[in-house]
Amino acid sequence: MPEVTIHVNGQSHTAEIEARTLLSTFLREDLRLTGTHIGCDTSQCGACAVHVDGVLVKSCAVLAMDVDGAAVTTIEGIAAPDGTLSPVQQAFKDHHGLQCGFCTPGMIMAATALLAETAKPSEAQVRHYLEGNLCRCTGYHNIVKAILAASGQAV
Amino acid sequence: MYAFDFVKPTDLKSALAALEDPEALPLSGGQTLIPTLKQRLASPSCLVSLTAIPELQGVCQSAEGLSIGAATTHAELSRAAAAAYPALARLAGQIGDPAVRHRGTIGGSLANNDPSACYPSAALASGAVMVTPRREIAAEDYFQGMFTTALEEGEILTMLRFPIPTRAAYVKFAQPASRFALVGVFVADFEGDVRVAVTGAGAEGVFRWAEAEAALAEGFDPQALTPLAPPEQEMIADLHASADYRAHLVGVMTRRAVLAAITG
Ligand SMILES: Cc1cc2nc3c(=O)[nH]c(=O)nc-3n(C[C@H](O)[C@H](O)[C@H](O)COP(=O)(O)OP(=O)(O)OC[C@H]3O[C@@H](n4cnc5c(N)ncnc54)[C@H](O)[C@@H]3O)c2cc1C
Ligand code: FES
Ligand code: FES
Repeated sequence: MPEVTIHVNGQSHTAEIEARTLLSTFLREDLRLTGTHIGCDTSQCGACAVHVDGVLVKSCAVLAMDVDGAAVTTIEGIAAPDGTLSPVQQAFKDHHGLQCGFCTPGMIMAATALLAETAKPSEAQVRHYLEGNLCRCTGYHNIVKAILAASGQAV
Repeated sequence: MYAFDFVKPTDLKSALAALEDPEALPLSGGQTLIPTLKQRLASPSCLVSLTAIPELQGVCQSAEGLSIGAATTHAELSRAAAAAYPALARLAGQIGDPAVRHRGTIGGSLANNDPSACYPSAALASGAVMVTPRREIAAEDYFQGMFTTALEEGEILTMLRFPIPTRAAYVKFAQPASRFALVGVFVADFEGDVRVAVTGAGAEGVFRWAEAEAALAEGFDPQALTPLAPPEQEMIADLHASADYRAHLVGVMTRRAVLAAITG
């Protein structure tokens, strides 16, 4: 089987995998990083979103072999090593940006990517950026509010 | 997914050599191909990734217009074409969602020729040329019906050449679940030579709407189109929209696109 090396949350992992292994499968089953959720497996929901070299992607629609050598950040790599939540995570907690929490890893990854590109997005920019992230619980209102708050804007 | 091999060549020659295997398939952003593989609708022996080949990347402007590497992502194109061809850049920035735009590529989209994809309308309205290692194909000859193109076995798109119109706009009515175009219209005005291409609506895939082009050549004004709609019999009818609704939307989206092209 072919070998890949992927740097996940700052740590290098080398493994022999089948070429058809999805990045989401590699993260969840080989590395046991189950914070990356599979909501649909058909590219619709965004629960599986991670960053590859700093860029937001749906890990269920990327082959692990195709990101050989890349740096991947998952939800497990977002808080500080001592457990301090990132500003986006803290804002989701403060503003009730989650209910069941299933979509939350993908939402946090998308929001973190957005704020890296656009430090102070408008509400419309936040909603546009979240087009690929579905939430069945919250109605999005508090998610949008949390992201605006995380960017330091009054909500 | 059925099992397959995977290679990621870093030059075009090696990619073409790997694609000589008739069972191999090119993999670009994978945003269409990976879901297809998951459904076991394809069983390639090998996937040949096109995303690490410098010749297939990037956007550059010349006297002939914009030359776009086939493996340029929607996100990259929306940035790189923003000044030279804003209508095309905006189209790219409205495809799917950010994660899809970070991986999906213009070459993958044009090779797939989904009847609801956005780029085919831009290519047809702009009079784009599809470049392959074997030849150059004019947009008119390239699109041959739903999911069908002039590409032969083993032939890949390497570059897309887009002439730049004087003014243009793309307006889509998004299908809310898939975010593809339920109906999308690209209007391009080349100094009075107006081209209107419609995606999402035609039963034969992307098409030029000749009647609207003639009306707009008389006067580039949304009013010029007021009673027009394409024939219902030629529209797609499915659970998302009936044929008469699509025909109606083509008229509305075309008027909006003309207005957007005028106001910039
Ligand atoms: C949630 C979601 C929403 C989307 N919304 C939209 C939308 O609004 N509008 C829109 O237009 N599209 C939309 N798409 C499709 C998206 O744009 C895809 O990226 C695109 O259609 C395929 O490009 P790709 O690079 O991912 O190609 P791939 O999936 O890698 O390949 C697609 C096909 O083309 C072949 N191929 C790839 N590159 C080449 C090449 N250079 N030469 C020859 N053949 C090649 C492959 O073998 C495969 O058969 C959406 C997709 C998703 C998942
Ligand atoms: S699990 Fe990947 S988009 Fe839903
Ligand atoms: S909080 Fe339940 S799906 Fe979003």
